[in-house]
Amino acid sequence: MSTFNPKIIAFMCNWCSYTASDLAGTARIKYSPCARIIRVMCSGRVDPSFVLKAYALGADGVMIAGCHPGDCHYINQNYKTMRRYAMLHHFIEQMGIEKDRLRLVWASAAEGQYLAESIDQFVEDVRKLGPLNWTGVWEDEFRSEEALEEIAAEHAEAMEVQA
Amino acid sequence: MSDNETLRIGVYVCHCGTNIAAVIDVEALTKFAEGLPHVALARNYKYMCSDPGQELVKQDIAEYGLNRIVVAACSPNLHEPTFRRAAEDAGLNRFLVQMANIREQVAWVTEDGELALEKAKAHVAGAVRRVARHEALQRQFVRITPRAMVVGGGIAGIQAALTLAEAGKEVVLVEREPSIGGHMAMFDKTFPTLDCAACILTPKMTSVKVNPNIKLLTYSEIESVEGSVGNFKVKVRRKPRYINEDLCVGCMQCIDGCVFTQAKFPNSFDQGLGMRKPVWVPFPQAVPPVPVVDPEVCLQIARGKCKQGCVEACGERGAFDFDQQEKIEEYEVGAIIIATGFKAFDPSVIPYYGYGKYPNVYTSLEVERLLNAGGPTGGKLILRDGSTPKKVGIIHCVGSRDVNYHEYCSRVCCMYSLKIAHLVREKTGAEVYNCYIDIRAPGKGFEEFYNRVQNEGVQFVRGKVADITPVANGSGPLVMKVDDTLLGHIREIEVDMVILAVALEPHADAGEVRRNFGISCSNEGFFLEKHPKLAPVNTANDGVLVAGACQGAKDIPDTVAQADAAAAKALAMIDAGEIELEPNTAWIDEEMCSGCKTCINLCPFQAITADEERKIAVIDQALCKGCGTCVAACPSGAAKQHLFGDRQIDEELEGLMNYV
Ligand code: FES
Repeated sequence: MSTFNPKIIAFMCNWCSYTASDLAGTARIKYSPCARIIRVMCSGRVDPSFVLKAYALGADGVMIAGCHPGDCHYINQNYKTMRRYAMLHHFIEQMGIEKDRLRLVWASAAEGQYLAESIDQFVEDVRKLGPLNWTGVWEDEFRSEEALEEIAAEHAEAMEVQA
Repeated sequence: MSDNETLRIGVYVCHCGTNIAAVIDVEALTKFAEGLPHVALARNYKYMCSDPGQELVKQDIAEYGLNRIVVAACSPNLHEPTFRRAAEDAGLNRFLVQMANIREQVAWVTEDGELALEKAKAHVAGAVRRVARHEALQRQFVRITPRAMVVGGGIAGIQAALTLAEAGKEVVLVEREPSIGGHMAMFDKTFPTLDCAACILTPKMTSVKVNPNIKLLTYSEIESVEGSVGNFKVKVRRKPRYINEDLCVGCMQCIDGCVFTQAKFPNSFDQGLGMRKPVWVPFPQAVPPVPVVDPEVCLQIARGKCKQGCVEACGERGAFDFDQQEKIEEYEVGAIIIATGFKAFDPSVIPYYGYGKYPNVYTSLEVERLLNAGGPTGGKLILRDGSTPKKVGIIHCVGSRDVNYHEYCSRVCCMYSLKIAHLVREKTGAEVYNCYIDIRAPGKGFEEFYNRVQNEGVQFVRGKVADITPVANGSGPLVMKVDDTLLGHIREIEVDMVILAVALEPHADAGEVRRNFGISCSNEGFFLEKHPKLAPVNTANDGVLVAGACQGAKDIPDTVAQADAAAAKALAMIDAGEIELEPNTAWIDEEMCSGCKTCINLCPFQAITADEERKIAVIDQALCKGCGTCVAACPSGAAKQHLFGDRQIDEELEGLMNYV
């Protein structure tokens, strides 16, 4: 039996889905540990390039989770997420990435159980697709080590308080 | 002193007692953290959020010159402020702190310790990489408008408004019905003390009316809400009463003067059991004591022709104004308390109870009105045909604890059913059968009241009523078929009247209210508090508080306690004078902006404008709420965001993917 554990990146908006994932925790609902969660303030913050970067860094699937349509903390930004999602779907397919490796989930702050189930389902679906192996496609764009050097150099500047 | 030339990250892994440590090997995680780039020090400790835990961070900042802090513990929504404060106390900018959520998102949700450790490592690595990109920021504050709005004028809203007003704060109290009082004003007695609801409520209602700090807007609804904590702009739609509130003295002579000699329109306050005229007040002690005119049935308004006996009765006071129009008024408030209450469950959707089909099946709320001395029968418990019931069945949990309707327990039905049983026996001497699933009497004096009612001779039948059928055709007595689980057989009990103890549920338009105020709902539709234990009156939208049954079914004492809690929160907010904003606003790098205007239309808060002269976009920091949608859309990377910028998120992504 192969037990391929896919690497999943899940972007969650602070107000609904991230809170739902906290609720899943408080309620001790168990779900797949394959998903790595990144907190953003709103699903509208998810730059399509983040999704592509995630694949390029070795993610086998990317999930974007936000508030239900009409419930976005910032009025209607998740509608923009919806549009980007459609665009991204189209786009990744053309690049040879299966559509099922990208998923959009709406989970309210009360839907811890649902969010956990959605993650499990997504992990299962990606597991079926197998590894993506997209790593390296954009290698030269990601000079991870060099970036670290840069950070160290910029650090002192960052310590100055900005308005 | 810290040496700011090098990046020195401190990582702290919390055991959270055994909450984290029982699942995740905290030693291994600490070791892993030590090996991450720029980590100067990694420790683990039993309770990071405790004073000694925070002290540890502060000391290390001083001693080892740490200039970035990662705390791997619970959700940032819980303790991020705690560690930001600790860092600041130690002289480090508070925004150079990042949390890795390894409790809610790892330890509590993962069975396998190995896999949990892997995930925790990833999250710690992500946080370490991310915090390296954090920048010191200035804290932002806004002034708070020293005025509160309370939405809903039931006992919760009344209590909250009074508490605020007594503390000298201005309050705008909005109620959609013509009078404040809510459901409590409909009740006769309150359990378990049996004090009369009106006796304890009406003095409070009068206090609302006379308190100069309270602006009372009845017959009014929320149109829209703009702004955010400290500075909300709320538009209120004031429905026309056709009577000028300032001129009316509340003599009610217009009601006598109305050309309709008979009251023939159902009074909604009496649950349709009593009748009213086109000009009416819901109940005699209404506040304000100003009638309303129902435009649908008033002859003058509906047909444009009437002798206007009401106007004549009003005489020189001249309070009538048939041309009154709906008005929108805007109020600026710093905090909002939502206290919109509940709706009684409509049992006609349960076919086997025959509500709406058999006239002798009543809801508990209808019976409250029949028992009330101010109600349609003057407090006499009589059936629709005028007779007094000799046998009464009360069915508990109608619509509650039933997966087909509401899974939750409505918390008050057992107790109000006992109260009704007591009152029915007291008023009519009828035989009373309470059919229940379990008796839930967990409040102060509740169990004692249950014992008392049992001793008064009320019969208790443990079982769910499966069917109600008339004995003969028509409107006579009814048979309740109930599986008595204590006797172990099915009983058929003949009664003259059936009372359905209906559930408490959210208002039909709770979804709209919720959206207007930017808060969330739990699954069943009640408004969601920020934290079920630690922030029971706060909501996801700062500055918006909840109180009473709109947050979940509850009784009057709990409602009043929660209303005072919400008022206290609002007071604390207003008295603080200013409030801190999240600093994660977006801004434009002027050199990179090409002036394409993509971002402008994406902002729902009109925070972005075009500077036509310089051909760049400009973001107003006071209006930006920090969602980051424009940042994600900017084609040239000129739109940036504090704390959630590309550089922070990119680094977190790399950390999550690279180090495990
Ligand atoms: S805040 Fe959740 S999607 Fe916008």
